[in-house]
Amino acid sequence: MDKATILTWLEAVKDPEIPVLSLVDLGVIRDVLIDESGRVTVKMTPTFSGCPAMDYMQRDVVQTLQAHGIADVQTEMSFEEPWDTNMVSEKGREALKNFGLAPPPAYQGILDLDILEYAQCPFCNSHNTELRTPFGATLCRSMHYCNDCRQLFEQFKPV
Amino acid sequence: MNTDALKDLLYRLADDQLILGHRNSEWNGLGPILEEDIAFSSMAQDKLGHSLQLYTLLHQLGEAEPDTVAFTRNAPQFHCAQLVELPIGEYDFSLIRHFLYDHAEILRFEALSHSSYEPLAQVARKLKGELKYHTLHANTWIKQLGSSTEEAIERLQNSLNYTLPFALGLFEKTAAEDQIISEGIFVGEDEIKARWQENITKILSQTALDIPDLAALTPVFGGRIGEHTEYLQPLLDEMAEVFRVDPTAEW
Repeated sequence: MDKATILTWLEAVKDPEIPVLSLVDLGVIRDVLIDESGRVTVKMTPTFSGCPAMDYMQRDVVQTLQAHGIADVQTEMSFEEPWDTNMVSEKGREALKNFGLAPPPAYQGILDLDILEYAQCPFCNSHNTELRTPFGATLCRSMHYCNDCRQLFEQFKPV
Repeated sequence: MNTDALKDLLYRLADDQLILGHRNSEWNGLGPILEEDIAFSSMAQDKLGHSLQLYTLLHQLGEAEPDTVAFTRNAPQFHCAQLVELPIGEYDFSLIRHFLYDHAEILRFEALSHSSYEPLAQVARKLKGELKYHTLHANTWIKQLGSSTEEAIERLQNSLNYTLPFALGLFEKTAAEDQIISEGIFVGEDEIKARWQENITKILSQTALDIPDLAALTPVFGGRIGEHTEYLQPLLDEMAEVFRVDPTAEW
């Protein structure tokens, strides 16, 4: 048993609100520690501080690893390395787009207003879109409108 | 580090977020349009999450469990500003309160992200990113409605005039103020208030709304030392109803 194997197993644990996205690709699994006695600690960081899915994610991580025969497993939530949407992997971005959710635009430095308002339509790839409301069906989604294909769509909002 | 001063600050921050979070949740199902219903409910969820993180910091400093702290105190033990406990009223009041409050809040957490108390700095770095969406939301509506119909402008102006003295109460100092500043935990209320005034002025000056002379207003103080309006205790009774019946209830 090593870290790489455990991370492969954790690929099976999905975000309960976006069932195509694994927690590894979401970027909330920050590290896996294995001590001498074989105890596994999965270090995680929350996406949004009020996200109700975080409890389920921790439970799913523990259950998945137990199913692989790891008896002594725990999760540890920490803000040491705060999550931002740049931590979503390329594979994760692709999965979001296929799910019909615009992936969060990658950004450098400070997240300014232009980035919050920008979204590429996941259906027709147009950039001619506008932000309708920064709040959606879950804390991590905003709502946008595509002026080209005239559809309302959701974005995984950048933070 | 002076733990009492730090706890005093944490209680103020956490109680503001919890109580305004609860008030925001009262828009659930009542918003003037669906998007606003969702927006206020989402901000409620964010704020409850923020209060949980702050009560967790207090718990790490020896205070009771977050749920116990949130649900078993009565009004005189709360350190929130009176602004956040006022009933939601009409949408114009809730929008103005949201605008004035969140502009102060984002500045607080930006400043706290440099706090000498590292656990608080870590939480603040997280929260300030989420709060960007709250100020973006408030600014959008204030700019749109504040330059629209005569009725909208008049309603917002009346709410602004009524709410500003309460909003100034957010910057009430406690006996811990000097210590908090000298230990580098927080820049202090005067600093935040000056930046806040600058930021809200920037937005309001893009509308038809008049900005009253803040120096001429008397801030509504008292909340930070447990003096509250008649509206807080009924809110607490409702919020804690289930917990008081069965503290172990899960749903």
